[in-house]
Amino acid sequence: MADATKNVSHLELGDTDKTFLDSNELIINMGPQHPATHGVLRVILRLDGEKVLGTECVIGYLHRGVEKIAENRTYAMFNPYVDRMDYVAAVSNGLGYCEAVEKLLNLEAPPRANYIRVILTELNRLASHMLWLGTHALDIGAITPLFYTFRDREEILKIFEKYCGARLTTHAFRIGGCLYETYEGFEQDVTKFLKFVTPKIDEYEELLTTNRIWVERTRNVGMLSAKDCIALGVTGPVLRASGVKWDLRKAQPYAAYPDFEFEIPTGQNGDTYDRYLVRMQEMRQSLRIIEQAVGKIPEGPIMAKVPKVIKPPVGEIYHSIEAPKGELGYFIVSDGSTQPYRVRVRPPSFVNLQALEQMVRGQLVADVIAVIGTLDIVLGEVDR
Amino acid sequence: MLDYVTSYLKSDTTPGQAGNFLWAFIYILLIFLGLSVAVIAMNWLERKILAHMQVRLGPMRVGPHGLLQPIADAIKLLIKEDIMPSESDPFVFWTAPLIVVLTAFTVFIVVPFGPTHAVTDMNIGVLFMLGVSSLSVLGVVMAGWASNSHYPLMGALRSSAQMVSYEIAMGLAVISAVLMTSLNQSGTGTLSMIGIVQAQEAQATWFVFKFFPLGLIAFFVFAVAMVAETNRAPFDLPEAESELTAGFHTEYSGFRWSLFFLAEYSAMIAVSSIAVTLWLGGWLHPFPHWLSGETWDLVFSLFPGLTFVFLAGLTFYSVARMPKHPYFRVQTMGLAGFGAVLGLIGLALFAPPVRDRVQDIYWFAAKVAGFMYLYIWYRGTFPRYRFDQLMTVGWKILLPIGLGVLIVTAILGVVL
Repeated sequence: MADATKNVSHLELGDTDKTFLDSNELIINMGPQHPATHGVLRVILRLDGEKVLGTECVIGYLHRGVEKIAENRTYAMFNPYVDRMDYVAAVSNGLGYCEAVEKLLNLEAPPRANYIRVILTELNRLASHMLWLGTHALDIGAITPLFYTFRDREEILKIFEKYCGARLTTHAFRIGGCLYETYEGFEQDVTKFLKFVTPKIDEYEELLTTNRIWVERTRNVGMLSAKDCIALGVTGPVLRASGVKWDLRKAQPYAAYPDFEFEIPTGQNGDTYDRYLVRMQEMRQSLRIIEQAVGKIPEGPIMAKVPKVIKPPVGEIYHSIEAPKGELGYFIVSDGSTQPYRVRVRPPSFVNLQALEQMVRGQLVADVIAVIGTLDIVLGEVDR
Repeated sequence: MLDYVTSYLKSDTTPGQAGNFLWAFIYILLIFLGLSVAVIAMNWLERKILAHMQVRLGPMRVGPHGLLQPIADAIKLLIKEDIMPSESDPFVFWTAPLIVVLTAFTVFIVVPFGPTHAVTDMNIGVLFMLGVSSLSVLGVVMAGWASNSHYPLMGALRSSAQMVSYEIAMGLAVISAVLMTSLNQSGTGTLSMIGIVQAQEAQATWFVFKFFPLGLIAFFVFAVAMVAETNRAPFDLPEAESELTAGFHTEYSGFRWSLFFLAEYSAMIAVSSIAVTLWLGGWLHPFPHWLSGETWDLVFSLFPGLTFVFLAGLTFYSVARMPKHPYFRVQTMGLAGFGAVLGLIGLALFAPPVRDRVQDIYWFAAKVAGFMYLYIWYRGTFPRYRFDQLMTVGWKILLPIGLGVLIVTAILGVVL
C-alpha cells in the first residue's frame, strides 16, 4: 500500500519510522472510496497506532474543469454550471455568479428580485446546514439525526421545486434578476415552513447539544485559533467559531441583506463543538432573515434591463458572497467579448480543507472523521 | 417412547447432570434452533424499530411489513460469491468466523431457561460463560490479521483492546453478584447459573435490589460493559462504519460475513442472559414472593399465551389496515396466516401441561428481549465513543466503581 501512495504523496514516505515499542508507522489510505470522506476526498494518513502523525489530502477525483468551461461559454450559458460546484447549496453559487456579472455590467437587480434571492439563498443555507448536521452526526456515530434533517430538508426542496422546477441544481437566478416570478402561495409556503422547522431545530439540539458522548467527541477536537484561521484563509462558520466576527452579509452587504436584522453567531474555542453551535445558531438566524423578508417583499419588476447579448466592458471584477460554507468569490476577467476571458472561483470548501492537516495532527483517527465533517466540505466545490 | 418422554418431563435435573446424552442433544438442537429464530427475529425487529425511531418504515417489500426480509437476506448471503482476498492467510481467514460462531453458541450450554431447562448445570457456570464468550476475541483478532489489510487490522486491534478492558469491569460486577449468593445465607455461595437464580429465589429478592443500591450499581456496571463487550453502539468502534468501513470483517462477504453477524447477535443474547440470570432473577416471574399462591401462579402462567394472542391481535389489526387493492392480496393473506400461527401458538400455550413447563422459558426470554430492545435503543440514540474515551470509561470509571461495589458488598456481607 505504501508503494501505491508513494507516487502522489509528499509525505516523507521513505522507510517507515520505528515508533513506540519498536512498532512501525502505518500508512493508510482513507478514500477516495470511504463512507465518511463526503465524496471522493482521499486522505493519506500516517499513523502511529491510532494517533495521526501526518495527513495529506489528494483531491481532483471530481475535477470537471468548470473554470475552463467558462472560457468557452457565454456569460449566460455558464450560469447553470456554477450550480454543479457546491451542489448542496446551488442557489448560493448562482447568486454569487449573477451578482459578479451584474457588477461587471454595472447593473443592479431590482429590489423584488433581491428579496426573492435572499429568501431562496437563506432557505438553501438551511438546507446545506441540515445536510451538514445529518452527515456530521452520522460520521460521529449518531445515525438518527440524519433522517430527521433529511425529512426537514425535503420541505425546502419542495419549495425550490415549486419555484423553479428543480430541487438541487436550481439555476434559480439569471444575470440581472430572477427569471421566475414567485408562484401563487409562495409566501404562505415559506411561512408554513418556518413554523414547521423552528421546533425541528430544537429537536436536533435535544438529540445532540447536551449529549455527553457528542460533547466529548467534539469538544477540543480539531482546534483552530483565530490567528490560524486568518493565516489559512479559512472563512465561514469555521472562522466564526474561532471568535472572528466576520460575515460578508454584514461586512460587505449584497443583495437585500442590509434591510434585515440578524446577528452573527460566534464561538470562542474554535473546536468542533463550537462550530456545531455556531451552525445551529446560524440556522436560527437564517429563519429570522427569511421571516423578515417574506413579510415585506416589495412589488415591482424582477428583472433589470439586461442587453440581449451580454458583452461586459473590458475589465475585471471580484465579487464574493457568504455561502453556507464560507466566502464564495468569483473573479471574472472580461476582454469585451461575449465570453469571459477567465473565471476564477474561490471556493470556501477548497480553502477550508487546507486547515485539515493542522487540525488533526497529533489527534486520533476518529477525529479525522469528525474534522472532515465539521469542515463541511463538498468535493464538487473543492475540485470544481 | 411416550413414557420415556413423560418421565423426563417430570424430572428435576438438567439432562447434563442426569447424564442423559440423548436429551442433552435434543436440548442443544432446540437451543440452536431457537437461537437462530431469535437472531432472525432480532434482525427484523432491529431494522423495524430503528426505522420507526428514525421516521422511516424499514423493510416493507419482502412479505407483509417486510417479515420475510431476513430470509431473503439469508438467501442472498448464501448464494453470494465467496471472496477471499488473494493476500490473505487462507487457513486463518477460514477459521476465524468459525471460532467466533462456536464461542457464541457454546456459551448457551449453561444458560438456564428454567430450573431444569438448561443443557447442563456446571458448578462453574458463570466462569464458563465469561471464559468462553471472551474467546470470541481470538476469532476477531484472527479475522483482522488474516485479511492482511489495514482497516480490518485496526478494527481487530481496537476490538481486542476493548474486549480485554471491559472484561475486567464485567468480571468485578459478576463477582459481586456471586458474593451476594452466599451473603445473609450461610454456605450457599455458588457459581452455578441455576444456583444463582435459586439463591435469588431463596433470598426473596432479585440481586438488582439487594443491598440497595449496591446491586443496582453492579448491574449498571455490567450493563455498560456488556454493550462494550458485544461491540454495539455506542461502543461499536471495532466496526465503526464511518471510520473503518466495517472494521475486522471488512474483507468478509457472503456466508462468512453472515457467520460474524450471527455470532454478534447471539453474543448479545448470551450476555443479556447472563445479566438476566445474575441480577434479574432468571426465570422467576416478577415479585415471586409478594405475588405467590395459587391464584397468582395461575395468572402468571397465562402470560405466555396472552403475549402470543396479543401479538396475533396486533397482526390482525395490521391485516385490517392493509391496503384493499388486489395487488396486496397475497401480502394480506400472508400476514393473516402469520397472525393465525401466532394465535394458535398462543392457544397451545394456554393448555395446562404446556403452560406450566413454558412459563420459566417465557419469563427468561421476556427479560432478555427487554435487553435486546435496549441495544436497539442505544443504537438509535448515541453517537460513538472515541478510542481513548472508551478506554477512559472502561478503566477509570467502570473499573473503580466495580471494585468499590465488590469491596462494599463483601464488607456488608460480613457485617450483616
